[in-house]
Amino acid sequence: MTDVTVIGAGVAGLCAAYAARKAGLSVRLIDRNGTPGPHGCSWWAGGMLAPFCEGAVAEPVIVAHGQHAAAFWAEVTEVVHCGSLVIALQRDRGDLDQFARRTTGHQRIDHLDTLEPDLAHHKSALYFKDEAHLDPRRALSDLVAALAAAGVQIEQAEATPDDIQGPVIDARGMAAALPGLRGVRGEMVVLRAPEIHLSRPVRLLHPRHPLYIVPRADGLFMLGATQIESTARRGVTARAVLELLSAAYALDPRFAEAELLETGADLRPAHADNVPRVTLSGRVLHLNGLFRHGYLMAPALAAQAITYLTQGTKGDLIHED
Amino acid sequence: MRDFYGTALANPLMLGTAQYPSPAVLEAAFRASGAAVATVSLRREAGQGQSFWQIIKGLGVPVLPNTAGCHSAREAITTAQMARELFETNWIKLEVIGHADTLQPDPFGLLQATEALAADGFEVFPYTTEDQVLAARLLDAGAKVLMPWGAPIGSGLGLNNRYGLRTLRAAFPDVPMVIDAGLGLPSHAADALEMGFDAVLLNTAVAQAGDPVAMARAFALAVQAGVVARRADPMAPRDMAKPSTPVLGKAWL
Repeated sequence: MTDVTVIGAGVAGLCAAYAARKAGLSVRLIDRNGTPGPHGCSWWAGGMLAPFCEGAVAEPVIVAHGQHAAAFWAEVTEVVHCGSLVIALQRDRGDLDQFARRTTGHQRIDHLDTLEPDLAHHKSALYFKDEAHLDPRRALSDLVAALAAAGVQIEQAEATPDDIQGPVIDARGMAAALPGLRGVRGEMVVLRAPEIHLSRPVRLLHPRHPLYIVPRADGLFMLGATQIESTARRGVTARAVLELLSAAYALDPRFAEAELLETGADLRPAHADNVPRVTLSGRVLHLNGLFRHGYLMAPALAAQAITYLTQGTKGDLIHED
Repeated sequence: MRDFYGTALANPLMLGTAQYPSPAVLEAAFRASGAAVATVSLRREAGQGQSFWQIIKGLGVPVLPNTAGCHSAREAITTAQMARELFETNWIKLEVIGHADTLQPDPFGLLQATEALAADGFEVFPYTTEDQVLAARLLDAGAKVLMPWGAPIGSGLGLNNRYGLRTLRAAFPDVPMVIDAGLGLPSHAADALEMGFDAVLLNTAVAQAGDPVAMARAFALAVQAGVVARRADPMAPRDMAKPSTPVLGKAWL
């Protein structure tokens, strides 16, 4: 008899299985597609652990819980603790001041020469020194490996909570089709630009095409991400690529010479307030609605779900059905 | 208040539904604003935004779909037809963008699309400039409402050409007019209503405020002030000072 069954091996399900194992529970982990890959939206994430920046728009609960995500991930994968930068072009300087007013945990930098020399031509930036980033695909595979080491294998099978006896953590994202859950389309591209060196994620505030760039190993950069109220599952649109690339070009013209390696589009599952939550429904705990906060919020959701299962305590991310 | 294709609005505020932090904030802001019409953009969500559109329909006010982001009459007409099917309304806010940087309307494409859509039974709300000649042509083409801009979309500059807007208002006293685009502050909305416009349409000013719900409330108060002030027949401005108490008979010291 298993203590808990987790359905869905995206970032939410993997974190939940990991937290359950750590709490000494026996765990089954089931996913209809097996190990993480392009079929799941976790695959397409940026991997920024940037709770303070997200606070410009997101609810305060994201800022509060997101601050602990980097420590969780550092247990299982490589986390780069170099902070993050927010930049605006000269003509959008007012947007930088506004972003500064609406966030905490930053300092104003007037010279980027030492911090990020490749961007020294930008005269003003906000530096969020306590933020971090990771490579999401590597984080997923490291988490799968950590689970395997703890005796949890991903079973490839179709399953819904009704098929399972005992406590279930349902982390299937869009496939769970929870009432009120909607898909928010996101599109990204991956470039190789060996000429350009960035040590940390950079956000470009742009009135029409806001952009973030996350550096990855081997001269790769992930550019993201559009946010469209649509559940269209088709590939990246030409418009999205144009917008992302022209914003990157505005940040550093050398991106024009980059090799375009990959494009991706998927749906972020989101609740009406865009806040991830654990929804209690009898013996089923739905971990869902991670929106654009998958890597940032999955650790906190997992922790609260497992605390509820083992101790019955309800944290602030737990909602009744 | 003049009506819009036979629909009288309880409140002269039309509010856009894009760019909010979340649908929950959108809904709360919408309620706080008391807006009588919800505008929604179709172009980028083409055919696949069902869950979001359900939220818009759930606001319980007439929906004014728009053709935001269309750069040709043809694109705008296709989008309008899609909108009619989706939202079961003949209303369409017609945007035909002529310039990518200023998002200024393309007067020629706008006229062409207005003509085609009006002939097809649409009730067109053309997004236009303060140009009187164009206004007359749009009315000839079948539009019964005009939506002159305050300032370029998303700029928050308020009423950029007060002279132009005032003469447009005076030139077509019977045509319902909505100031659309460029409003950044509640005072801009009050300003437009005090000048005699029938409604205001805005989105960014609320959606991108630090506290959208509070800003929505501020706009609700401003449009109320604007309407009451207009009805109260504002005094005429004058160049000379006019003392409110007599000076005759005061001691000259």
